[in-house]
Order: sequence, then structure tokens, then C-alpha cells
Amino acid sequence: MSAFEAVIGLEVHAQLKTESKLFCACSTHFGEKPNTNTCPVCTGMPGALPVINKKAVEFAAKMALAMQCRINTRSVFARKNYFYPDLPKGYQISQYEAPLAENGCVSIVSGGSFREIRIIRIHMEDDAGKSIHSRHENLSYVDLNRTGVPLIEIVSGPDLRSAEEAVTYLKQLRSILMYLGICEGNMEEGNFRCDANVSLRPLGRERLGVRTELKNMNSFRHVHKALEYEIQRQEDLLSDSEPVIQETLLFDEDSGTTRSMRGKEEAHDYRYFPDPDLVPMELSREAIAGWTAELPELPPAKMLRFQEAYGLPEYDAGLLTAERDLADYFEATVALGPPPKVVSNWIMTDLLREIREKDLVLSRCAFTPERFASLLKLIDSGKISSKTGKQIFPELLLQDLDPGTYVQEKGYVQISDDSELTRILEEVLEENPKELAAYKAGKKKLLSFFMGQVMKKTKGQANPKLVNEKLQELLK
Amino acid sequence: MSTLTADLNLTELRQGLLSRDISVLEAVEHASRRIQETEPLINALLHVNQEQALRQAEELDRQGPNPARTLWGIPVIIKDVLATKGLPTSCASKMLQDFIPFYDSEAVHRLKQAGAIILGKANMDEFAMGSSNENSAFGPSRNPWDLERVPGGSSGGPAASTAAGQTPFSLGTDTGGSIRQPAGFCGLVGLKPTYGRVSRFGLVAYGSSLDQIGPLTRTVEDAARVLRVIAGHDPKDSTSAPVEVPDYPARLAERPDLKGLTLGIPEEYWDAEGLSPEVNQGCTAALEAARGLGATTVPLSLPSSKYAIAAYYIIVMAEASSNLARYDGVRYGYRDREAKDLIEMYARSRSAGFGPEVQRRIILGTYVLSSGYYDAYYRKAAQVRRLIRDEYDQALRHCDVICAPVAPTSAFRLGEKTDDPLQMYLTDVFTNPLNLTGLPGLSLPCGLGEQTGMPIGIQLFAPAFAETRLLQIAWTLEQELPRLPRPSGLASR
Amino acid sequence: MKKIETQEVAKIASLARLEADRATLERFAGQLDNILEYMETLHELDTTGVDPLYSPVQHPAPFREDSVHQAYTQQDVLGNAPESDELYFIVPKII
Repeated sequence: MSAFEAVIGLEVHAQLKTESKLFCACSTHFGEKPNTNTCPVCTGMPGALPVINKKAVEFAAKMALAMQCRINTRSVFARKNYFYPDLPKGYQISQYEAPLAENGCVSIVSGGSFREIRIIRIHMEDDAGKSIHSRHENLSYVDLNRTGVPLIEIVSGPDLRSAEEAVTYLKQLRSILMYLGICEGNMEEGNFRCDANVSLRPLGRERLGVRTELKNMNSFRHVHKALEYEIQRQEDLLSDSEPVIQETLLFDEDSGTTRSMRGKEEAHDYRYFPDPDLVPMELSREAIAGWTAELPELPPAKMLRFQEAYGLPEYDAGLLTAERDLADYFEATVALGPPPKVVSNWIMTDLLREIREKDLVLSRCAFTPERFASLLKLIDSGKISSKTGKQIFPELLLQDLDPGTYVQEKGYVQISDDSELTRILEEVLEENPKELAAYKAGKKKLLSFFMGQVMKKTKGQANPKLVNEKLQELLK
Repeated sequence: MSTLTADLNLTELRQGLLSRDISVLEAVEHASRRIQETEPLINALLHVNQEQALRQAEELDRQGPNPARTLWGIPVIIKDVLATKGLPTSCASKMLQDFIPFYDSEAVHRLKQAGAIILGKANMDEFAMGSSNENSAFGPSRNPWDLERVPGGSSGGPAASTAAGQTPFSLGTDTGGSIRQPAGFCGLVGLKPTYGRVSRFGLVAYGSSLDQIGPLTRTVEDAARVLRVIAGHDPKDSTSAPVEVPDYPARLAERPDLKGLTLGIPEEYWDAEGLSPEVNQGCTAALEAARGLGATTVPLSLPSSKYAIAAYYIIVMAEASSNLARYDGVRYGYRDREAKDLIEMYARSRSAGFGPEVQRRIILGTYVLSSGYYDAYYRKAAQVRRLIRDEYDQALRHCDVICAPVAPTSAFRLGEKTDDPLQMYLTDVFTNPLNLTGLPGLSLPCGLGEQTGMPIGIQLFAPAFAETRLLQIAWTLEQELPRLPRPSGLASR
Repeated sequence: MKKIETQEVAKIASLARLEADRATLERFAGQLDNILEYMETLHELDTTGVDPLYSPVQHPAPFREDSVHQAYTQQDVLGNAPESDELYFIVPKII
């Protein structure tokens, strides 16, 4: 048991899914040819001026509201001054003294209970471009397509205590962002980024220790690894009575360690001041009320409701509400009749597996809740066996097929007809006199043998439940 | 000797063009000849757009006069701090010597829409930093009234050009007096509109919360015509005011006299130490003329004025240090080719590209924003700014316009103030408070100085968006003030 | 009385990505001293409780609709580049 407690705060940058950039009308569309989504404003041409994208403000405000922050009625954009080739103006337009929102919180599940993580502030800023460093020549290539894309920065309090909690928090944040439909939430693609501040302190002490800043973590796995490594590294130092040096460390994915930026580091003095090209935003109570009304039911609330309304265990509810699309799909299906637990089980095993393996997007599948419900009904009514259902499920998911028609055409319909079953059973018993005699003599276990033979004869189509009943009847 | 554009002001030239007494081609050709004659003496221009202008002139003549386009066929000179699509825009700096924008500034765009012909780009103090046009990387501009004297700055080029009669008007910019002071030094009307009246899109930023674009003309009527064209809301500029543009020219003659009007006379400006006797005489005579027209004068006090220069320079340098960070040799502008790595490239490009005054201001601006100094300098200056603005607003409740001399002296000699930057900054004492407030101001020639024979200017300030009032009063007063002869410095031309 | 050391000027110059040789730095330091001393006269004014005025603007912040309008081309934007391959801006490597 460690004598130290890890204290972690995270700074998340999320790209907002607006059509156009934060301060100009260039497209935010990813993957275009370099320097094509550009104009005088986002390339820092002489005399260019910024104008705020109202949708970006709406998105940022909704995130703030979803995290129960207080939105500042007066919010100011400030210039953050530093030099970098993909920062064309020589400053980023960010927020400093009067950010969009402050003092919120978000709940995460940790060690079986809920913990509240404070959100210190949420502010808006414009993204920088991309520099590609040539390996062979002493050159870098700059693409300004990304410059000016709107970002929100979400700063948590130093309330996380482990790498696991950090990742849980990140997933929760990401989930909310995607619920709101305002961010793609993809760390690998860079539209959801995370930096961490880590320090250690002896258990029981209030004062914070010296902290390091971790950067360059491009996936949840990286975050987890980096934090675990860093916590251990600091613990090792402190246990040896060595000091932790305040510095910025980069996560190195090849070695799984954090490396100092020593030598490249420069003391930054950003010289923040209110941007004179922009007017402070006054966000009215009406506007805020309007956005609040537009908020969808968010994951924490939905999860609880799923447990109560559908009688689902916490695990199921958690999984189903992790993505909004999935939660909606679940509810739409249940609304058509099938029992919630059945739907939930199918989703958790078969649907999620198929989605993962075949890289599907649920909203683009032709397998609608109606079709899903219809499939479950076919099974429940005995028209097809459960086994058949599971078998044909992947096909139904991929193609534009109506389950009822499909099973008819493919001849998957179970044999449930009484006279038909009786005939087949009698045939089987006739064909296996030795076993029949053995059964009658007391070898009750041979029931499964007869079952097997019936299934073989019917190529698995016989309704097993009915076969069982029938056999019992006939063998009495 | 070409007399055409040298003698006709904008209004007169327009009449001639519309009636087809003069063709646009003739107007442009005369302007070109005038430029050729005077440029070797005054160095007012950095680029002449001759070929294009002639072709545009021919095209306009072919189409025939369009009275709806209020500047139809009028040639104009644009201060080189305003982006002009396809034409060099250097800001008189080595840093942007080869820069050719692919966009127009909004003000230039509106001039073009109104039918004006962009004939050239004017010299200026580098990046608008200066009060004499001696900070240009391409040599100083000279005052047409006395070639050994400065035309003022930073719109020295536009002022010299218009005073020399190259074109009937020019477009300048005013951040701390850079239209009004050169206009005063060169015997022109110079107008700084209310902050937000004219779009700053395409104006290479110096002091973003202070910069405004305005005309330099020979008459008040001309200034009214130009303002009507360039003023008005622009959605590309967030600081552009959503305020309607009155029909300034149509409303000019509404005041046949100045009866019932009160002119405020701030003692801090009129009793200032360093105010030269000839300026005092010239401006006092203008006040007399105003009284003769029925105006009353009322003394007032603007006690925070003495802090205005300090507040102004802190704010403008801070903003400038940030605005000029984009000049890094990456996407445009001067780049040092010898640099081994990026940091070296930045430092060498910027140090070679910017002149000493620009570098000085960037350093000062960076200093006053830096950690530990922000509250003591920048924030403090912004607080003083509010005090100054409140004082002006208050004063304007007790008078219709405030009057002040344009500068403590008339145009000084080249080299006279270049040794001590602080001395140069102090010459702005009567002009830069106005930029802090954002209010509009106009400078009007009121005669020639008794000692130097150089033009003397008087300023009028009005409440926000009260340019109509400003122009009306100036127009009426203008009739009573001595009409200036042609600039003596070019007497033989 | 503020006295700016040459060292401090050098630090500020570096922040601003300007280089200066010894002589220039010394000259700057002296001038800056002068100018800053003048600026300090502001401290004579009592500004307690005064709300800073950063801009004269008196209208509310304007907003833009979230729609795309692509008015310029890659060529336009790269047209003044000191170094480009018609796709990217090229700079000495960022170490």
C-alpha cells in the first residue's frame, strides 16, 4: 500500500463539430488538400479580422450546462501570444480572465461508488494548424487547414486519484460530448485531446506536491500507461527523498515512459490581454435557458432511468447508455414489445460484437428497431429457434432484409406443427429400436440421443422445446 | 505645368467628369504627370498604378458617367497600410516590401465600387508608427510647403501627395493623430471618424482599439463625400458599428452660421507649455471667426489629458507588439535565407525586416504586457483611458464640439526630433487623447503661421457618430477662414 | 525610478523574436528607461475602482451563422510564401 496519494487533473481539448471555423467561414472538414480550407483570417494575413461563429458558442455553452457549470454572462476572448509556424497570427485567440463557464462537476463511477470531479472552467479557443517534420531534410511543412477550428478546453480540478479514474473521467466526458452531438470524440484523430497534471502527496496531507505536465497521449491506453508510469516514477523519487522537478514530459509510446522536454522547454510568458478585435460576449439569460431546454437526457440520468424503468442491472444500463445512438436503439426496440432484458442481452453480446468486428455504424444499419423486434418475436413465438436467430443475425445486420421474409425464403422456419413433429419422432423411434428398448429399460439419458436424431433428420429445424415435450409424451 | 488636378478639388473634378468637360482619361493622365513632376521632390508614393489606372479610365469613359457612383472617375492615393488586391502593400517596411495581397481592404473596396480609380500607394511611417514619415524604410516624405520640413505622420505620404495636388484626395489612417496632424502640417482637411464608423478589415493593424481610416482632402465637402462612401457596417469587422450612415454631403449646408453653438476650449490644450505662438495665433483667429459666425466659446477642463500620452503609448505599443507577431517570414514577407533553424529565422527576419522604431515599440509593448507588469502598465493605462473618455463625454454635454490646435508647432524640420523618441511621442499631445476615447475629430486649415509660413490646423471633436455635426460646423467655419494658396515648396512647379 | 538592465531587454527581445547585438541592446535599454519613466507618471492618478476601458466599442458582440463560404484558393494563400511547394508552407525544421 502506497504512502502516497496521486493527484491528477486533466485538461481536455475537444474540437467542436461546426461546419465552419470559429472566426471565419472556412470549412472545418477534415482531410482536404493542404491549405485549401483557408482565407486571410485563419492564415493571419495583414488586416484580417475575426468574427465569432454563434454555433460554436452554442455548442460550448451546452457542454458547460451539461457539466453543471455556471455560464458567465460576460465572457471575453483574449490573445495568448507565442510564436510557432502553425500559429499564423503569432497568437491564439483563447480566453483568460472571463472564460465561458466555471465551477461545474461531473460524476464518475469509481470503485463501485460515485465520485464528483470538479470542472474548474470551460473556455473556447481556436486550434492551430499542423506541422509535418521532414525526416530527411532540415525542413518542416505547414498546413493551415486546421487553424481556426473551434475548440473547447475543459479543465478539471485535481480530483482524480488514479490512472483508471482518469480514463473513466475521459470516457465520461467524451460520452457527454457525443451525446450532445458536438464532438467526434476520437483521440487518434486528434479531435479529442488530453494533457495531464500529476503530483503526489503523502496520504493525509492537504498541500499539493510538485506537479509535472504530461503531453502527447493519443489514446485512452496511452493516458493510462503514461499516468501509471509517471505516478510510479514520482513515487520512486519521493521514496528516495529526491525532489520531483516541475517540468513538461512527453509520453513516448515506444517505451511506455514519460520523457523530459529538457532543452526544448522555454518559459512561456503568454502576455494575455483582451483581444481588441473582438467585443466581449454578453450571453443572455434567455439564450442560456433556451440551450438548457435543448439539452438531451445525459448519460448519468439515462443510466439511472434504464435501471429503474427497465429493471436492468447497473452493468447493462451503463453499457447501453454509453453511446446515445445505442441507448435510443435499445429504447425503440423495447417500445415494440420484446422484454428489456432480452433486448439488452442481445445487444451486449451479438450486436456490440458485430459492430466491433465489422466496424459498423448503428445509425447506418438497415436493421432497424422494428426489424430487431420482429426477429425477437420470431424466436419468442417459436417460429425459429434461438440458435437460428443468432446464426442469421449478422446477415440481417449487414443487409437490407426483413427477418420474417428472410426466414421463410431460406426455410429456417422451425417445425412446430404437431402432426409433422409426431411423424418425424415416430420415424426416429422406429429407426432406432435398440435405443428405444434401452430407454424403456431405464436408460433415461438416451432422451438426448433421440433429440439429436430428430435434429439431424430435420437439419436442426425442429423446435427443440416441442420435440422434448413430444418425446416425453411418446416415450411414456 | 499641369493645372488640372492640382487646382480642382474632388467636388469640382466630379462636376467636370459628370458633365464630360473632362474625361476620366484626362484626369488620370494629368494626375500621372503631376505625380511625375512632384515625386522627385516629395517622395510621397511607394507605388504608382499607372497602367491599370489608365485602362480603368478608358473603360469608364467608354461606359459613360454614372452619377450613382459618387466617386466616379476620381483618382485616389491610398496609404500603403491598406490592403489593395493585386497591388503591393508594404506599410513602408522592408518586412512587407514584396507583399501583394489577394484581397482588398473594405474601405478600398467601397471606393472602387463608388467608381474611384486607385492610382498609387502612399509612403508613411513604417507600420504607421511615427509622427513625421521619417520612419519609412523607403526614405522620408517631404512637406510640399517646405521641402526641408516633414509632412507629418504617419500618413505623411497621403498628406504630401494631396497637398501637392497629385490627386484630389487620399485615404489615410489615424491611430494617435496620423490623419489629423499631417493634414494640419500640409494645409488639408483630415477626418478621423468615430471608432467603428469605417471597417478596419484589410487595414494592417497597428493599435487595434485605436485605428481608424479617413480621408485627407482639400475641402470639408470633399471629406463628407468620401466618408459617405467608406463608412458603414461591415460584417467582416466585429468592431464595425451597426449604425446607419447619414447622407453627409446632402446635410452639409444645414448651418448657414454657427448661432446657438458652443465651442469647448480645454485649458490643457490652449494653455499648454510648448504651444508655439504662431499656432496659438492661428487657432485663436479661427475661434474669432467662429464667434463672428455666432458661436459662443466656453472654457473647460480635461484634467486627465496630461496622462493621455502615457496611456496611449502603453496601449498602442502593447497591441502593436501582438499585431506584429504575425510577421515571422513563414507565410509572407521578408525571410532571412541564411538562418539555420526556425528560431534564428524568426529573429533574423524580424530584426532585418523591421526598422528601429518598430522594434523599439514591439519591445516596449512586449514589456508592458509581460508577466508582472500587466497590471501596473496595461491595465492601469486602460483605467486611465476610461477616465479620459468619461471626461470627454462629460465635456461634450456642455458644448457642441471641442476645439484644440492640431499640434504644438507647425511642421518641424527633417531630423529635428529623430534623436529622442520620447520627444517625437510628445508631439502627439493634442491628437492621441481622441483615439483613446474613440470619438471623431477633424482638422481644418486655419491659415499660415506668422513665423514659419507653414500651415496651421485647428481640430474639432464631436460626440460618437456625430460626424454630421462635425462636418456641418467645419463646412460653415471653412468659408470664413483664409483660403490657402498653393504650397510654396513647389512654387516653381 | 525604473532601471532596465540590458539583460532584461535581451530577454524581452527574445520573447518578441527580435535579435539585438550588444550595442543596440544598450542603446535600447537607455531609451526604454526614459520612455518607461514617462509612462510611470500614470501612477500619480488614482484609479481605484475604475473599470478598465480596453476598447471604445459600444455595440454587442456580433455573431456569424455557421455556414461555409470558401472565397479563396490554395494558390491565393500560398502566393506570397517565401518558400512553398505549392501545397505547404516550408520552414526550417522546428527542432
